[in-house]
Amino acid sequence: MTKGWPQWEVFVRSEAGLAHKHVGSLHAADVRMALENARDLYTRRNEGVSIWVVRSEDVHATDPDEAEAFFEPSEDKRYRFPTSYHVPEGVEHL
Amino acid sequence: MYTSISDGIDGNANGGDEREQAFNARLDRAMKIEPSDWMPEAYRKTLVRQISQHAHSEIVGMLPEGNWITRAPSLHRKLILLAKVQDEAGHGLYLYSAGETLGTPRDEMVAALHSGKAKYSSIFNYPTLAWADVGAIGWLVDGAAIINQIPLTRCSYGPYARAMVRICKEESFHQRQGFEIMWTLAHGTTAQHAMAQDALDRWWWPSVMMFGPPDSESTHNEQSQRWRIKLFTNDELRRKFIDQTVPQSEKLGLRIPDPQLRWNERTQHYEIGPIDWEEFYRVIKGDGPCNKDRLQTRIDAWEDGAWVREAATEHARKRAERSDAA
Ligand SMILES: [Fe+2]
Ligand SMILES: [Fe+2]
Repeated sequence: MTKGWPQWEVFVRSEAGLAHKHVGSLHAADVRMALENARDLYTRRNEGVSIWVVRSEDVHATDPDEAEAFFEPSEDKRYRFPTSYHVPEGVEHL
Repeated sequence: MYTSISDGIDGNANGGDEREQAFNARLDRAMKIEPSDWMPEAYRKTLVRQISQHAHSEIVGMLPEGNWITRAPSLHRKLILLAKVQDEAGHGLYLYSAGETLGTPRDEMVAALHSGKAKYSSIFNYPTLAWADVGAIGWLVDGAAIINQIPLTRCSYGPYARAMVRICKEESFHQRQGFEIMWTLAHGTTAQHAMAQDALDRWWWPSVMMFGPPDSESTHNEQSQRWRIKLFTNDELRRKFIDQTVPQSEKLGLRIPDPQLRWNERTQHYEIGPIDWEEFYRVIKGDGPCNKDRLQTRIDAWEDGAWVREAATEHARKRAERSDAA
């Protein structure tokens, strides 16, 4: 058995103006095959106008075990939200 | 600090109590488990078995219908059938992708199918003898698959649940095109009507069996329900299938091949005659009408395609080399 083709992550832009969104993965020998396979596998019903493929090994992620500590700095900063400010009655457009 | 998503499942097998508690807490809150989260080994193993078995069923499931692509009665029906069979290939691939996130390479799953170690749905070991069988499969088999799959869109494992959402979106076309074939035949000539009835006669019981052994004999139910990778029992799903399909058969003007079938006013469900579980186990164990043929077809496809896979790999290597040199 030959070693399988590398794995790719697939991102699809569903319509102009929207961001690409991760939809799944596939195997392909090279970029061109990855894009063509992605088209056949993930856009059979007009689901996309643009596709990105990225080798799975090149996608890096935060460690779920450290998520709490990693994201902690943003949690206690209520002053970053407009809702933590008092707007006096009658003041508009603020 | 960070992980690559392709090697996300590292040495987290020995989680111990704390991690197990966190895992159970996620289940209790109906939160999804994602590939790089800690999970008990038994959960991982059961999921790999369930997902790969599901993937194999989609792939082997292309064969009975693929058999009729060249003989579809019109160009229109041929296009529909091609699209439907292509969808099933897609379903298999979404599921293999979901299975791979658990750390089992795709080639390993495929090898387990070819060696006979892995199972697939026993329904695909029955032959498609006439065009009406394509209608019966879409109506009954895809209909049963939908009932099985809709709850799984809410299952605990993220990649599996997301694959199911895509699959379910595509299945309803499968069921409708099958029903339409049955409708056309049932309202056609006497011979066509008889062909539709014959297909229903042969596919009804295997479809009823698709949901697996009765709850009294099913071994995995409890743990899998706790893990939320099975949300209803086999018998619950089966009952749902029967309740929704019997009225459809009446609209078609076809007869369900079960003399004991009757509506129970008190339970508000249909009651059916005894299921031939002997047949079910015989087919599962490899003794159905087409088991050998189905598996051999898959093995041949894999082996005959080996040169294509090698050529594509070599082509990719050469191109990469050339672009490095440039
Ligand atoms: Fe399917
Ligand atoms: Fe289907």
